[in-house]
Amino acid sequence: MNPLELYGRRFHSRLLLGTANFPSPERMTAAVHAAQAQILTVSLRRTAVGGEAFWDQVRGLGTQVLPNTAGCHGVREAVTTAQMARELFGTRWIKLEVIADDDTLCPDVVGLVEAARVLVAEGFEVFPYTTDDLGVAARLLDAGCRVLMPLAAPIGSARGLSHPCGLRALRAHFPDVPLIVDAGLGLPSHAAAVMELGYDAVLLNTAVAQAGDPEAMARAFAQAVSAGRTAYLADPIAPRDMAAPSTPVLGMAVLA
Amino acid sequence: MKLIVNGEPHAPAPDLATLVEQLGLAGTAVATALNGRFVPVAARAATPLAEGDRVEVLAPMQGG
Repeated sequence: MNPLELYGRRFHSRLLLGTANFPSPERMTAAVHAAQAQILTVSLRRTAVGGEAFWDQVRGLGTQVLPNTAGCHGVREAVTTAQMARELFGTRWIKLEVIADDDTLCPDVVGLVEAARVLVAEGFEVFPYTTDDLGVAARLLDAGCRVLMPLAAPIGSARGLSHPCGLRALRAHFPDVPLIVDAGLGLPSHAAAVMELGYDAVLLNTAVAQAGDPEAMARAFAQAVSAGRTAYLADPIAPRDMAAPSTPVLGMAVLA
Repeated sequence: MKLIVNGEPHAPAPDLATLVEQLGLAGTAVATALNGRFVPVAARAATPLAEGDRVEVLAPMQGG
């Protein structure tokens, strides 16, 4: 299967995993292995006990890290956080979040585009957490983003694809841009559905970390991502409204 | 002269590198910002602190 390529780096895994809210560091490590994740999202917060230990743990996993600007509400705040993350984690990658509202955690797309422009100019490789809006996507690409990360549903909501038509339109409109669904997935079937739409990857956190058995759920998601990707490449048939007999009608006996 | 470090009042320090040292964080994985602006490790010693300055000292943390 062809690899996932993000900013010139290639990955065989199409499941990106967040590192927050696991019951323990050991169970996070187990889930990362079960997911076969090669990219982990991380964050930075005011110094607290455990920061250094966590970073040692993540480094020990040998994965690419994708720092985020989670919780930032303004352009300057997000830009400063990204600059701090670049030094701390030693990567130009940044998952750019500029949050508009605390209840929905929906992106402030105006601030997002502005922050993306600033960060690209500073040499960052930006992964913008965005909506499925085509106009915003075009502006993010114009700002220099080479990957887009639309949400499926509000962060942590586990609702799955709230607007599949929008995700489908985004895929059709930008066939050559790596698209990663970030946020809102709860079940492996959601991840499979995303991949069946032709998305390049999915990013998960809560659905795995807060599951009763994070390791098993990580494995289930990895299988779903793989199944969805294979199905997309296998060129699914189009749905139709009326029945179409699968058994040949020709040669049917007259017995009535 | 008081500083605000991670939202809490803190005793004065002449510069950012000294403050990080006072916090026991010299040589550890932390990133710093002064009054909302990023200050790289290499620039900390040459960054003087003044009364009321707001310093953020951030460390790696789990994230989604």
